[in-house]
Formats: sequence, structure tokens, C-alpha cells
Amino acid sequence: MGVLALQGAFVEQERALRRCGVDTRQIRKAEELTGIRALLIPGGESTTIGRLMEDFALTAALTRAIAGGLPVFGTCAGVILLAREIVGSDQLRLGFLDIAVERNAYGRQVDSFEVDLDIPALGPPPFRAVFIRAPKIVAVGPGVEVLAVHEDKPVLVRQGHVWGCAFHPELTSDLRLHRYFLDSIANRQLI
Amino acid sequence: MAEKGTWTVKKGLAEMLKGGVIMDVTTPEQARIAEEAGACAVMALERVPADIRAAGGVARMADPTVILRIMDAVTIPVMAKVRIGHFVEAQILEALGVDYIDESEVLTPADEQFHIDKHAFKVPFVCGARNLGEALRRIAEGAAMIRTKGEPGTGNVVEAVRHMRLINAEIRRLRGMGREELVAAAKEMGAPLDLVTQVAELGRLPVVNFAAGGIATPADAALMMQLGADGIFVGSGIFKSQDPMKRARAIVAATTYYNDPRVLAEVSKDLGEAMPGLEIAAIAPGQRMQERGW
Repeated sequence: MGVLALQGAFVEQERALRRCGVDTRQIRKAEELTGIRALLIPGGESTTIGRLMEDFALTAALTRAIAGGLPVFGTCAGVILLAREIVGSDQLRLGFLDIAVERNAYGRQVDSFEVDLDIPALGPPPFRAVFIRAPKIVAVGPGVEVLAVHEDKPVLVRQGHVWGCAFHPELTSDLRLHRYFLDSIANRQLI
Repeated sequence: MAEKGTWTVKKGLAEMLKGGVIMDVTTPEQARIAEEAGACAVMALERVPADIRAAGGVARMADPTVILRIMDAVTIPVMAKVRIGHFVEAQILEALGVDYIDESEVLTPADEQFHIDKHAFKVPFVCGARNLGEALRRIAEGAAMIRTKGEPGTGNVVEAVRHMRLINAEIRRLRGMGREELVAAAKEMGAPLDLVTQVAELGRLPVVNFAAGGIATPADAALMMQLGADGIFVGSGIFKSQDPMKRARAIVAATTYYNDPRVLAEVSKDLGEAMPGLEIAAIAPGQRMQERGW
């Protein structure tokens, strides 16, 4: 499994995936995408990651791979980069998730929070979700499945093989969400 | 119930900054250049360290107007500096909604005995350190992120290298120690035993550790990354250089591709003049910013 390693918490994502028993590879260049079975876009700063994607010819390569069916999961900055619309911004995005996100809409760092989140697909107990200067998903298109909601706003969504969440599953020791994503890929590839 | 200002949340923002470059800026225009170039955060200041050094006198927290204008100009996190021990400047920055506070030796210390009790704040803090004991004392006070002190405003990376190498060596030394030796090491370095034990187990600091103080070129940034830094602060190095945008983009690229000499060679081309450098020996011992704090 590939982890986009341009900037941000990619080491934490790799650690979580390895604990799930998955081999990981850091992706910094287009050719490193060859042969991976899924991709994780980690938290970080979306403008920084976007700048490096552009400067190092990753935008087109990622677009081709995801359009070709590569399963991808974007967390925090990752969901911003996957969104179709970023409210009030023309920054780079890949646009595979039919959602609109508003950056930093939960507030600045002093308003960053953690909360027990019900994710019906994972069952009990609740998932400890850490939101850090998180983007708010303010609109979702008809093809988007909402898997979890916080204060009436979607925080975990899926559109086919493209997944996104506004929080940081890699910052806690709970691996259920990573496993759920990995299981869904495994099932799809069996079919 | 949502909880704010927790240790996870404070430390978590630093995790999100990793592999990135935090740039000193003094105006909204500079902040936008930094963001456009790919900075993962900016440090809002009235003067960059090289100018603070040149001006002399007492350096204090920046005017809130400057900080607020910079906060309005960009979407990336905005940090700002307070004087060592000046907890009221920190209260003011927290009230402004700054994303991270740097309790910094670049400003004139307000307390010669005590640093700020950083656990008392919801906003996270970053602090400078020259060695492991100093880093762990700051973490004990509540710092959620550490950076090397280096020697700010010099464009000379030698002190940042010294501090990073020393911290690495001290961590390696702890790795092989038994419990009774860790107690003696904790006493010797003046750090709490629980943190010393944690470092011995983890083989690294329990928080993110950036390099700062004297970084002026893409090669400097990659050097610090190869020595084990989690990310880079560039103070005077960008906006005191001839072509800030180009240099900023190059340092951002060098911080990501720090292990790829071909990329480093490419981004190091045609950057124009770097900031003028300063030999450390030319600074009188009492004038070295790194000696502020304990």
C-alpha cells in the first residue's frame, strides 16, 4: 500500500497500516505509484502537499491512477485534496469526491478537539476521533455515502473506491477504521 | 462531549507539520508568498532574527495588529513568539487565536529563572533546546513540539547541527541503559525520570523535533533532515535573500526530497544570493541567543 509522503503525518499512517499487517511504500514520485494496490493521503497542510504534487509531476499520475480504480483514502488534508469543491479557494485538488469542504471551518488550533464518534459500520464502542484544524464537509453529492456524522456534518464519506475523513485515525491506537478500509479493498478485489 | 486543548490535539498539530517548512514572515504579503511557496506554517514577527540582532535593545512579542493581519492573509497555521517566561504575552497570543506559540530565545527573556507553565494553555507551544535535558525540561513544562536553538539570524547552520547531533547522541546513550542508570542520567541532565525513561524506550523524543537557527539554503534543510529533524524552521534565510519565492520553494522541495541528491542539485540552481552569513565566533558570548533559557 502506498502512502503519499510529500508532507505531514505519513509515518504515523504507515505505522497504523503496518500494525494491520500491510506492507507500505512512501510515495514521492510518479514512478513509485507503480504496483501499489491502494493509496493513503495523510494529514498535513493541503496547500503544501498540493504545491509539491504540482512541482513534482504527481497530479497527473495520481489522477490517472485513481481514475483507473486505485482505492484511495484521504484523511484531513487528504480529504481536502480529494474534494471536488474547496469553499472560497482555487488551490489544487484532485476532485474525485463529490463533496464541498470548507477549510478550518471548525476553527483555529485552540478549537481543535477530540470526540467519541459513532461509526455505525464499525459498531460499538465509539471511535475516538481527533480533529485538528479540520475541514468541514459542507455538502455531499448523491453518489456519496456518509459513514459518520458529527454535529450534523459528515466526517467520514465514501464514493466507490474513494474514501475521505475529516479527522485523524492515525493519531489513536484504534485500528478499526484502517481495517475496515483494507477489508473493503480485499473484498472488492475478490469479486 | 468534544474536548479541546488536549495533549493529543496539541501534539497532533505538530505531527501534521512534519516534513514541512515553517517560515518567518513580517507582513501579509510575505505570508502569502510563503504559503504559495508551500510553507506548512508561518511565524508572524515584527522583525526577523537577523534584524533583531542588528537592532539590539529589548525584543518583545509582535504587535497584535501585525499578527492578526498575517492570520487573515493565509489558511495555513500561524505561529508567533513570546519572550521566555512571559506568560502574559502568551495569554494575549492565545486570545488572538494564534495556532502555536514559540517561547523563544530570539526575543529578550522576561524571566531568568522560569519558563512558562505551558500546560496551563489550550494553545500548543514549541520551545528551543540545545541538548536532551533542555528538551525534556521544556516538554515537562508542557511544550508539545521541540526545535533546536541553533544560532538565529546568522545564516550559519553549524549550531543547529551541533544541537541536533548532541540530542541524537544523548538519545542513543540512553537506549542501552538499565533502570538504575536512567535514574543517574535523569539527575545528570536535570530532566524528569519518566520522560528520560520514555525517550530510552522510544529511541526518540516523545514530541516532534524540528531544526531551527541558521538554515539558509536547500542543502542546509536537507542536511538537518538527514540528521533526523522532523521538519525545518527558516527564519531570516528566506526574506533576507535575493529571491525569496524561489528560495522558499527550493527549501520546501529540499525538505521533502532530502534523500534525493538529484532533486537537491536541481532545486539549488540559480537561487540568487543567500542571506549574508555570520561567523559564530564573531558574536560575543553574551550576545548568543542560544544561551538564553536553561
